[in-house]
Amino acid sequence: MSVLVYLALYAGAAVFVAASLVRAWMYARAPLHLRWELYPVPHEDPAKVKHGGSYFEDKDWWTHKRAYNLAGELGVMVPEMLFLKALHEFNRKLWYRSFPFHFGLYLLIGACGLLLLAALLGLFAPALMAGALGMAFHWLYTVVGVAGVALALVGAVGLLHRRLTDEDLKTYTTAGDIFNLLFFIVSFGVLCAGFLLRGPGAPGVLAMVQGLLTFNRTIEVPGLLAVGIVLCALLAAYIPLTHMSHFVGKYFTYHDVRWNDQVNLRGSKIEAKLVEYLTYKPTWSAPHVTADGKRTWADVATTNPWEGAKK
Amino acid sequence: MTDKIKLTDMSLPGRKPLAHVENKDLMPLPYPLESPEKDHGWTALTEKVMGAVECGLDDTCALNIPQPKTKEEEDELVKKFLAGLDKLFTKENNWTFLQPLVLSMEHCAKCQTCSDACHIYEASGGNELYRPTFRSEIVRRLYFKSVKHGGVLSAWQHGDIEINWPLVARLAELAYRCNLCRRCAQTCPIGADNGLVAHELRKLFSMELGISAKECHDNGSVLQLKVGSSTGMSSLVVKDNIEFIDEDMTEKTGIKVETPWDVEGADVLLIHNAGEIMAWPENPGAFAVILNAAGIKWTLSSELAGYDSINYGLWYDDAQFARVAIKHAQAAKKLGVKKIVLGECGHAHKALSVIADRVLTGDLNIPRESSMTLLRDIVMNGRLKLDPSRNDFPVTLHDPCNMVRLMGVVEPQREVIRKICPQFREMWPHGVDNYCCGGGSGFAIMSGNNFQDWRFHVSGRKKMEQVLNAFSDCMDPSIHKYICAPCSNCKGQFRDMLAYYDMWAKQSILYGGLVELIVNCMVDAKPGFIDWEWH
Repeated sequence: MSVLVYLALYAGAAVFVAASLVRAWMYARAPLHLRWELYPVPHEDPAKVKHGGSYFEDKDWWTHKRAYNLAGELGVMVPEMLFLKALHEFNRKLWYRSFPFHFGLYLLIGACGLLLLAALLGLFAPALMAGALGMAFHWLYTVVGVAGVALALVGAVGLLHRRLTDEDLKTYTTAGDIFNLLFFIVSFGVLCAGFLLRGPGAPGVLAMVQGLLTFNRTIEVPGLLAVGIVLCALLAAYIPLTHMSHFVGKYFTYHDVRWNDQVNLRGSKIEAKLVEYLTYKPTWSAPHVTADGKRTWADVATTNPWEGAKK
Repeated sequence: MTDKIKLTDMSLPGRKPLAHVENKDLMPLPYPLESPEKDHGWTALTEKVMGAVECGLDDTCALNIPQPKTKEEEDELVKKFLAGLDKLFTKENNWTFLQPLVLSMEHCAKCQTCSDACHIYEASGGNELYRPTFRSEIVRRLYFKSVKHGGVLSAWQHGDIEINWPLVARLAELAYRCNLCRRCAQTCPIGADNGLVAHELRKLFSMELGISAKECHDNGSVLQLKVGSSTGMSSLVVKDNIEFIDEDMTEKTGIKVETPWDVEGADVLLIHNAGEIMAWPENPGAFAVILNAAGIKWTLSSELAGYDSINYGLWYDDAQFARVAIKHAQAAKKLGVKKIVLGECGHAHKALSVIADRVLTGDLNIPRESSMTLLRDIVMNGRLKLDPSRNDFPVTLHDPCNMVRLMGVVEPQREVIRKICPQFREMWPHGVDNYCCGGGSGFAIMSGNNFQDWRFHVSGRKKMEQVLNAFSDCMDPSIHKYICAPCSNCKGQFRDMLAYYDMWAKQSILYGGLVELIVNCMVDAKPGFIDWEWH
């Protein structure tokens, strides 16, 4: 049983990381698009961010040195990532469900990190973990983990309830959307049940993680808990294959689209990219485009099919 | 209102409109337009139109797509549509917006947060068809089904849609029920962009099927590339008109006004939306008064498209967009000017400053600046003698989406207005959170069939509410009120909408630009530049 659990966990983690990276790589290698920013752009001058202004508000803006306001960007990014600030501001009803769900997931990830750290310390510095530090770790990952699962579970049930009952959402809800939420609920539900119902002789969570790291086949993972863990591993592998991978997509929608106000200066890297794109050969069929698969974007853009024609 | 429609209704055979809206369904307006019964009725589409073109979406028809005669013709159009859809997701055809489009396709959580941000959805009384995600969700399903070749599993995960000609025809129309203001995108927790999806749909139809709004294409970008301006003015005609405007301004202000043409090495090439020259001549006239008085070395250009900042391609076609943007840059390059300054036109601001930033390379990459910035510099640095008491009437400011939310030029125009208009009051919300005038993305120039009814009742309704609220403390016809709209397109919408509701005659609400307010309070000019007459 333990081997199956270990394999599922390793495979789940590997697919999660690989699929997320592939997705990120796909977005990152897309050509630099035309500018499409939305204001406010938080890395602008703080005085401008207040009202959503840009460097275009400065006379002769191209003669000014632009400072990158990292603090401003972090000031928006961190509350957005941790607390779903946009949802809080624009869709409070959904936030009451979505925030516990997402924050629960963060806590769960945090608990996994703590467990991994505690397991590694236990393996390589057992003396260090024998005393108060070990106890502190124990309480910390237990509290964070239990809180995480509970919040995520409550959030997922809330989200499912809303999706099934809210008229505005029903039209757009697919079978897949229901399945996705049910997958969370069942996985976390079984994990919780397995954890709570484990027998008195069952190995502790730390021992199981150490078993995972050392591939210790003598560890006996209780049946229900094993099912919960395997389900969670499958869930982890499934998430980046769906639109739920917005933790990847969101980086690009914010940094590469909404906030991308990089200026194309003569001789810049941006200009070099554009020069390359202008050699692409479009195949749009409408006659006015004058694209035939042989002419480049530069040819198309500098062609005026109507120049000299009478009105 | 019709029953709540479903996504799959878009594929229903036949041409029966899916949605119908009546006045009583619409978002209520404040005084004096609070009564739906007293509101104008909607002009019905004629039998002739219904029998000849595709109008199976709602109460109006923007595109006039001829009805295919045979099933084969329909199938051919569907095939072309799907080919175009594929092209939208290739870098060779759509490097310009590929990444943001794919992101919007793959990451919408369908949470509907965007719906509350959409003025069209709200004004329609929550009609499902106008929900920002309705259109996007159809395109998303088509993306997974046709572009990604999704099978049963994909249909289960992402939802299915039947692909047929009624769907394609309705989708083409639906692309023109969005102002592309991107207010919805601003509220999306994930960053998905329904405005972009509408834009890309328009592009697909134009660049693959040759389907677009006549006002934007044939009478817009094509005319501009043919004769130099979408107004139809050649360089000779525009020079004549400007000469007339100069004479008129000289008489009106008592200041000798002369507009310089084709001055090589000028500091500023000013490009107006040529619609101003035709419809609101006092605007280019006021610019000339201000720039001359401030001692700016400036010029207009008589090159093809060099005297018209309009770039309608921004709304529907990348090739047309790039061609016009390059013409603007070439005009500036030919004169060797230090910078291009864009007159009071929102979409021209965004087109040439923001979007064309990644089209213009080498010596065509000439600095571009907003006239709002230049005017702020002139006014705030005391380069004109001004008497704000001449502007002592209620003034509110409309924020053109393209200039504000999509470009970040928010404060310069406010600094000027605060200084010269003692009774300035903001609309709410304003700045980057503003609402579109309802004429954005070409709607202000689109009036075929009964499209105007739709844009006054639906797309412009939220702005009308904002205007009435901004002036709620002075709803008295004896008090002249001024909406400052520093954008030609927005002014077009205000002109038509205020006239539709008779707001000048009944409530003395006038609209105009920023430069008119500046000249109106110039001490050196004769008083009364703003003549408080409807035009």
